[in-house]
Amino acid sequence: MKKQPDAAGHFGPYGGRYVPETLMKACAELTCAYQKLRKEKKFRQEVRHYLETYAGRPTALYEARNLADHFGRGRIFLKREDLLHTGAHKINNTLAQGLLAKRLGKTRIVAETGAGQHGVAAATAACVFGLKCVVYMGAVDIERQALNVYKMKLLGAEVRPVYSGSQTLKDATNEAIRDWVTHVEDTHYLLGSVVGPHPYPMMVRDFQSVIGKEARAQVLQAVKKLPEYLLACVGGGSNSMGFFFDFLKDRKVRMIGVEAAGEGVASGHHAVTMMKGKPGILHGMKSYLLQDPNGQVQLAHSISAGLDYPSVGPEHSYLRDSGRVRYESATDREALRAFELLTRCEGIMPALEPAHALAYLPRLMSKTKKTDVVVVCLSGRGDKDMATVQKHLKA
Amino acid sequence: MGTTNFLDWKIREAKRKKRKLFCVFLTCGFPDLAATERLILSAEQAGVDILELGFPFSDPLADGPTIQYASEQVLKRSLSIADAFALVRRVRRKGSRIPIVFFGYLNPVYAYGEKEFARDAREAGLDGLIVPDMPPEEELAFQKECRKNKLRLVYLVAPTTTDERAKGLVQRSQGFVYYVSLRGVTGVRSGIPKDLEERLKKLKRMTDKPVLVGFGVSAPGQARVIAEMSDGVIVGSAVIEHLKQGVGPAERFIEKMAKAVHGS
Repeated sequence: MKKQPDAAGHFGPYGGRYVPETLMKACAELTCAYQKLRKEKKFRQEVRHYLETYAGRPTALYEARNLADHFGRGRIFLKREDLLHTGAHKINNTLAQGLLAKRLGKTRIVAETGAGQHGVAAATAACVFGLKCVVYMGAVDIERQALNVYKMKLLGAEVRPVYSGSQTLKDATNEAIRDWVTHVEDTHYLLGSVVGPHPYPMMVRDFQSVIGKEARAQVLQAVKKLPEYLLACVGGGSNSMGFFFDFLKDRKVRMIGVEAAGEGVASGHHAVTMMKGKPGILHGMKSYLLQDPNGQVQLAHSISAGLDYPSVGPEHSYLRDSGRVRYESATDREALRAFELLTRCEGIMPALEPAHALAYLPRLMSKTKKTDVVVVCLSGRGDKDMATVQKHLKA
Repeated sequence: MGTTNFLDWKIREAKRKKRKLFCVFLTCGFPDLAATERLILSAEQAGVDILELGFPFSDPLADGPTIQYASEQVLKRSLSIADAFALVRRVRRKGSRIPIVFFGYLNPVYAYGEKEFARDAREAGLDGLIVPDMPPEEELAFQKECRKNKLRLVYLVAPTTTDERAKGLVQRSQGFVYYVSLRGVTGVRSGIPKDLEERLKKLKRMTDKPVLVGFGVSAPGQARVIAEMSDGVIVGSAVIEHLKQGVGPAERFIEKMAKAVHGS
């Protein structure tokens, strides 16, 4: 497989840099700075320092024996990103980009957030590195995720409600980019996923690839072989991309990305970008995109706000077309059932995002051999979803 | 249709007469298609030199609240690119010879089919194209199709654009060069950016093509000053703001702005 992306940020036909001219310089500077920093030992050490002493890396790889027993075959391991500070993998990226923003001499960061997880992680990094932080959040999401809004404010961030469009993550992203266009000289845009214009998809992937790097070494040590399957949820796709990346060269490792099927693919209320979308251009990148026949972006729907995004990282689109990664989906109901199952079997309450990855296990485990090893990326914990879960599940 | 490119013709004429260019942006279908049609038909009479026909998009990244609002209103009833082409065909049939430049984000164009778009746009009577989220580095095949169909592709230059890059942009831009006067999104602003004159001087040294200034132009006095520094101005959000009051107020505003730009 050729190294991806190319110098201009293309993953095959996807990715690239589709931004207004005002942002071209900022994107080019960021690319240049990042290319230099990624090779710099001191920067890498600094990132590692914060990941280890602040965020809590490395995260554990836990063998979920009770869960495997439930299915009656195979071995299941969980990569415990849920144990990180602020409760999800998002902190891997915000700490690294926070350091980068400081190195770039920026004094202010802007971020978009849907569920508020990336917003909280960004506000946290801003605290650590003494940066001013503005988080854009759809007015609808602000209502749905009041607790995270409160947390961001406690952390000293300014949360700006977005009333345009659908008033959710997609519109918050537009508004964050508009802010960046306006304050490009002193502001770094701390994007939360492997989406957006080059270099973000590559850079965020690199910052999240620590997940897969650790998991690969841990699983090799635990079972003395590579796993047969990797399983992760895909919204924008940062946890899955970071998890898959180091395994891409291991041709025998099969990878499955699970998208949110919402109320069912046929219902129209879903976030199944890969199956139902067509290639298109949004937020500075070309990738699969949910859109109507006129090329207007359609709304995504999922019970988990983190998967509620109408497009997907361009590298995922590339991996889909090449067949290297298979993309499946799970409905809101399946995710809730998986949440319940993991909680009961293992005493771990997953966030509703990775619950979608877990929801694919019943389908996968019926096909696995006894000796097969499956690793699931447990990208975040369920605390933030308690109100939603409460609405649907009896205790 | 498709033989005369009115944009080429207009720019040659402006150069010969040393006339400033006044360009008006309209969101296609706002408040309805009849209003857009009437404004296009009255534009020439009102002193407009170039018309930018804005095609609404669900996620207009480079636009401020005014154009976002207009786009949302239009999309509530849905509008296709074919509808926009039909409108252009209609005004051409009614004899309008004003240069019309399609201004739209890439995705609707991409969904229509780039090759088909270049062909059909020209056939409908459009003269040029501005795609704010398509830099010259991307979609090379589409750019070739535009050239083949003589659909003029106008590029934007921003205050943050480096000199090195600006040279490439003005060289590749066809018809005119669109200078974005400020860091930020479209919308009504008062005043004139401090570095504007300096930047325009630099750009003028790089090209013979007219350099038009847009983003934030909203009042006659401001438009007059900017027109003196440049080859013309582009007004968008301020027109839409007047259009919210009705077609009449918008027409009167356009006339006033045209007079300011042309110095009459």
